[in-house]
Amino acid sequence: MMDKDTVISVKDLTKKFGNFTAVNNITLQVRRGEIFGFLGANGAGKTTAMRMLCGLSYPTSGSGTVAGYDISRDAEEIKRHIGYMSQKFSLYENLTVWENLNLFATIYGMPSIKIREEIDKAFETLGMKDLRNVLVKEIPLGWKQKLAFTAATLHVPDIVFLDEPTGGVDPATRRKFWEMIYRASSDGMTIFITTHYLDEAEYCHRISIMVDGTIKALDSPEGLKQKYHADTMDEVFRIVAKDAQRFD
Amino acid sequence: MDRRILKILLKKEVALMKRNAIIPRLIVVMPILVMLIIPFVTTLDVKNVGVAVVDNDHTQLSRRIIADMDASEHLSVVGCHFSYDEALRQIEEGDADAIVTIPEDYLNDLTNGNKPEMDLKANGVNATKGMLGAQYATMSIANTILRWQEEQGVSLSQHDVSTINLYNRHLDFRIYMIPALIVVLLIIICGFLPALNLVSEKESGTIEAMNVTPVGRLEFVLSKLIPYWVVGIIVVTVGILIGWLVYGLVPEGSVLDVYLAAILFSLVMSSLGVFIANMSATILQSIFTMFAFIIVFQLMSGLFTPIASMPQWAQCITYAIPPRYFIEIMRSVYLKGASISDLWGQYAALAGFALLLCLVAAKTYRKRV
Repeated sequence: MMDKDTVISVKDLTKKFGNFTAVNNITLQVRRGEIFGFLGANGAGKTTAMRMLCGLSYPTSGSGTVAGYDISRDAEEIKRHIGYMSQKFSLYENLTVWENLNLFATIYGMPSIKIREEIDKAFETLGMKDLRNVLVKEIPLGWKQKLAFTAATLHVPDIVFLDEPTGGVDPATRRKFWEMIYRASSDGMTIFITTHYLDEAEYCHRISIMVDGTIKALDSPEGLKQKYHADTMDEVFRIVAKDAQRFD
Repeated sequence: MDRRILKILLKKEVALMKRNAIIPRLIVVMPILVMLIIPFVTTLDVKNVGVAVVDNDHTQLSRRIIADMDASEHLSVVGCHFSYDEALRQIEEGDADAIVTIPEDYLNDLTNGNKPEMDLKANGVNATKGMLGAQYATMSIANTILRWQEEQGVSLSQHDVSTINLYNRHLDFRIYMIPALIVVLLIIICGFLPALNLVSEKESGTIEAMNVTPVGRLEFVLSKLIPYWVVGIIVVTVGILIGWLVYGLVPEGSVLDVYLAAILFSLVMSSLGVFIANMSATILQSIFTMFAFIIVFQLMSGLFTPIASMPQWAQCITYAIPPRYFIEIMRSVYLKGASISDLWGQYAALAGFALLLCLVAAKTYRKRV
C-alpha cells in the first residue's frame, strides 16, 4: 500500500484516554505534495490524531508511517522530516524573532550559513526585516502566525502539520497565510492542515471530515460536493457532521 | 550527544534568564540578604546567663570563683545567697538561669584530697540557655581552680571538667550556621529554579514546540541543568565572601574542596528539580512537591539538629538525604580543615546521587505521552 508518493499512511489508528476514545480507527493516506485538509468540529479528535502523526502521542492501537517511518517505533526519525505548528502559539516570547528561528533551525541540523541565508530570505519575502531583533512577545498576532509557520518550514521538511494556523486571524492576513502555504507546497512540502474555516477547505486538494473520532468523509472538495449534492463545503460539512455527539 | 544543539539550547537559556526581570537579581540578592541577616537572628549563642550563687564555703577560693564567673563574658552573677531557697526564688522570678551551690568546707576538702561536689542547677524552661549556662559555669569554675593551684603552688584533688568544645570553643552559633546557610541557599535556588523553568515551558506550550523537534532528551535536560551549575557557583561565592568579609570566617580547609562539593550538590538539586518538573503538569504542583522535599532536606539533614541525636531509624533515613553529605563536608572543611581524603565517602555519596538523579531526570523527561 505504501509507495514513494505516499508520505502519510495510517491504518486503524486509535487513541483512548481511559474510557474515552478520542480517535477511533482512522485510516487515511496523504500523497506527496498534497495540501490535505483535516476538518472536524471542536472535540472531533483532529488534534489528537495529528499529535500521533507527529510523534507527540503514542497510539493506543493501529499502525502507520509518516515520511516513511513507523509512527510507533521511529517517532524521533519522523521528527527530523516534519514541521509542526501547534494550535497554541508556542515560540519563546522572550527570544527575538531571529533567535527563535535560529534555535529551531539549528535543532533541525541546518548548517549555520544556510540558516542565515534562509532566514534573510524569509524576512525578505514576508517583509519582516525590521522585526529581526524584536522580542516575539512584542509583535502582533498576525506576524506571530507567520513567524510560527516560518519556524516550522525553514528546514524544508517533507511534511508540515498545521493545527488551526489561521484561528483568530483577520481575513486579509488569512489570505496571506494561504499564500505562504501554497509557496511551501510548490517548494515540494506536503501540507496537513486542520481548520474551521470551510472556505479554506476549498483551497485543499483533498479533505477529510472527522466526526466523533472517526473519518466520515474523505475526497476532493469537488468530489464531496457531488457526493452530498451540495453547492458549498459548508453544506457538505453540515450534512456529514449532523449526527455528531461531541462538540464544545 | 550533539554539542551544537546543546550549545544553542544553553544560549537560549542564558538569553531567557537575562531577560527575566527577577531571577538574575534574586540569585545574587537572596544569598546576600540571607547571609547578612540569618546568622544574627538564628543564634543559639547565649550571653548574660544569670547565675545565683549560694556560697556555703566563704573562703578566698569561693569568693574568687564568684568574681571570675561574674567577669566571664557569658555569665553574670545576679545574687549571692545564704540559702538554696532564696536562690530558687530568683529563678522563679526569672532573674536567674542557673544556681551554683558551693558546699561547706569546699576549699578544705579540695586541699585534703576529698572530692567535694559543687552543685549546679539549671533552669530547664529555656533549655538551651540553661544547658549552655551550666556548661559555661562549669568551665569558669574549672579555670578558676586551675589558676588558683598555679598561683598558690598547691595541688588540689582532681576536679571534674565537663565538655570542652573543640573547633568552636564557645559554641558560637554563627560559625556553625554559616556553612549550613550556604547549603540552604543551594537547596532552594538550585532546586526551585530549574523546576519552575521547565514547568513554565510546559504551561506556555513551548515544550511542545521542542518535543516535536528531533532535539535529544539528554541535550534538552542538560540545557536545564548546566546553567544551575553556574548559578550554584555564584551562590557559593557570595556565601564564602560574606562569611569572610562580614564574619571573618574562612574555611580551615581548601576553598576548592568547598567548590567541588557545591558543584556536585548543585547537580543533585537541579536534577531533582527537573525530575519533579517532569512529573508535574503545573507550576503549582511542582512548587508543592519541591516544598515537601525541602522540608525533609532541611530538618533531617543535620542542618539545624544534629543527626546523632535523632532516633536510630531516622538516622538510617538520613543516609538517603543528599544534603546530609554536603553539610558534613561543609562543616568539616570550614571548621576542622578536613580535605577530600578525609571525606572521600561523603564526596562519593554526593557524586553517586548527582549521577543517579541526573539519569532519572533524563529518563523521566518524555517527548511523547
